[in-house]
Amino acid sequence: MALLLGTPASAYDYPFDDPFVATVVGTPADYQADLDVRVPLKRRSIEIFPDREVPDVFFYDKKLRYSYALQKGPAPLVFLIAGTGGSHDGTSNRNIGKALYKAGFHFVALSSPTHSNFIVSASSSHVPGHAFDDAADLYRVMETIWRKLEHKAEVTEFFLTGYSLGAFNTAFVMNIDQERQAFRFKRALMINSPMRLYSSISLLDRMLENIPGGEDNFGAFYQQLIDRFAEVYTRSDELNLSEDFLYKVYEIYQPPNERLAALIGTAFRLAAANMAFTSDVMTDFGYIKPSNVRLRKNTDLATYNHVAMRLGFTDFFHAYFYPYYKARNPALTRTSLIEEMSLATIEDFLRNADNIYVTHNADDLILEPGQIDFFRQVFGERATIYPNGGHLGNMTQRDYVAHMIEIFRP
Amino acid sequence: MSAAVSRRQVLRRTLPALGLIILGVLTGGCSTAPVVVGDEPEEPVFSADRLIRPDVQQFDEMDDPFMAFNKTMYRFNYRVDKYVLLPLVIGYYKVTPSFFRAGVHNFFTNFFNIRTIYNSLLQGSGRKTLHTTGRFAVNTTIGLLGLFDPATPMGIPQHREDFGQTLGKWGVGAGPYLVLPLLGPSSVRDGIGTGVDWYVTTQIRDAILDPDRTMQIIWSLLYAIDTRAHVKFLYYGTGSPFEYSLVRTLYTEKRRLDIEK
Repeated sequence: MALLLGTPASAYDYPFDDPFVATVVGTPADYQADLDVRVPLKRRSIEIFPDREVPDVFFYDKKLRYSYALQKGPAPLVFLIAGTGGSHDGTSNRNIGKALYKAGFHFVALSSPTHSNFIVSASSSHVPGHAFDDAADLYRVMETIWRKLEHKAEVTEFFLTGYSLGAFNTAFVMNIDQERQAFRFKRALMINSPMRLYSSISLLDRMLENIPGGEDNFGAFYQQLIDRFAEVYTRSDELNLSEDFLYKVYEIYQPPNERLAALIGTAFRLAAANMAFTSDVMTDFGYIKPSNVRLRKNTDLATYNHVAMRLGFTDFFHAYFYPYYKARNPALTRTSLIEEMSLATIEDFLRNADNIYVTHNADDLILEPGQIDFFRQVFGERATIYPNGGHLGNMTQRDYVAHMIEIFRP
Repeated sequence: MSAAVSRRQVLRRTLPALGLIILGVLTGGCSTAPVVVGDEPEEPVFSADRLIRPDVQQFDEMDDPFMAFNKTMYRFNYRVDKYVLLPLVIGYYKVTPSFFRAGVHNFFTNFFNIRTIYNSLLQGSGRKTLHTTGRFAVNTTIGLLGLFDPATPMGIPQHREDFGQTLGKWGVGAGPYLVLPLLGPSSVRDGIGTGVDWYVTTQIRDAILDPDRTMQIIWSLLYAIDTRAHVKFLYYGTGSPFEYSLVRTLYTEKRRLDIEK
């Protein structure tokens, strides 16, 4: 097994050496795995905290939405966690789901704990981004969903995977499972995980420095992107507003490469804004919305939207996340919180957990120089590092998908 | 007697519209301002005053005098979609074979080419009129009343023109954004356009097919299901608390481009 997985796929062939292009364009058709399969996807919603009151303005988020697909007979089941701001049925989750279903697995797809719907319905604190708390929330969600599904599905074994922040979550969920043993995941795969969250969010925030004319021009830049997207939508007549919808702009409007960073930064900024505002409304912290203001169903949110889009993940960390946790634990320091939100916190566990695998790209944009070595050192032969692919750009590449399936082969 | 019947019919048709207008007035009266607990809002960590320079362009901004009504309708549509339309679509996919669904879709697409034909004429576009008339002729005959679509492999392009676009071509502005019950994002101009198109196409349908009441119900039901099945959109599916204004911008911009096209 180790032999099979250790060889970093000699056949690996991915065309883009620029990680920005890779991240936005993804995998061209000629290089893609054959993901042509009809998945009998069921979309469901479930109450995680039955007694929870949800503010009027988020009435539609009272239940957690998720999706699943079951094989006809007995099969292993994979839980699948989306990345930052990602929805259970977003593009990346769907692609992984297709690959898994085609290979004979059941799967259950979950939104990221940073997705608005999760923050409102399934987060115990409503404040996302905490490595341990998010994992505990995810574990509770998986248990709740499984109680509903166990009568329907014949499951032989459990597996776990996630991409981007979902990969980071995967590591901490495995850590919980070791103790709680509710699923006894046979194996887990972390796809393009951040190593230390604060490093990744700083890198992503900085990408917006590439907006022509500086960040004060953000409004104009973003409006232009939306207009261009409307153009894409006019041509295809398909309004698929998944979390990476901005990338579709690239299809007809090929921006010069220096704009790509701004485009990626904006896609992540959208996730940051949605997350921060939703969390703020739920806790009445007073980060963007005045703490003593209650929003009605019809309240105009335009000004909050404009403000939220000007605030990055690092603003969220310093002016909201840290103060929030500091109020609960006065001994906490900024530096210790930054260091705690890192895979290094559970390094010993990861080093010894011989069932946790990693795929990553040496040129991933969410890693600081040198951080890729952490994965090499800690996971050893269980890490497969591809030379190029940017952030998730090669996720549907033929050999990449084959490798992913190979890891889950019982 | 017949006058009484037709008056009752008129009443039956206009009552729902009247109800909606009343609902609109009621919700329009309902404030969009948030509730402040205490005397005045506390200063948040990041306020607009602190962060947004007043002289720079923002995004997703437009006049929206009917916002309260629109947001109410948006929620109403979400519920109808979730509890009525989507279950119907799912049931439809369960009980019908795919060739049947394809036939239904082709049939309606072909029939509503009539709408594109008269609107292309009104817009003075010979090219679109010719293409669409060609499609309609081919699919209605060789395509067996539109159940099949031989016009596409023959390379005849499919256009979609409606009376809202025609008004736009004539220089009529969109007017305020309007979320229509059941139909979703629209504008005052496009809402009127939808009404006109609905009236005209219904008249044409009745003149050609002379359907009885049962046929009309089957037609409406199949049309609603088929249309919904082909719209890839879920209310509150973006994961953004600001979805309302994002959709508003996308709709408005798309319509602008549709008219330019």
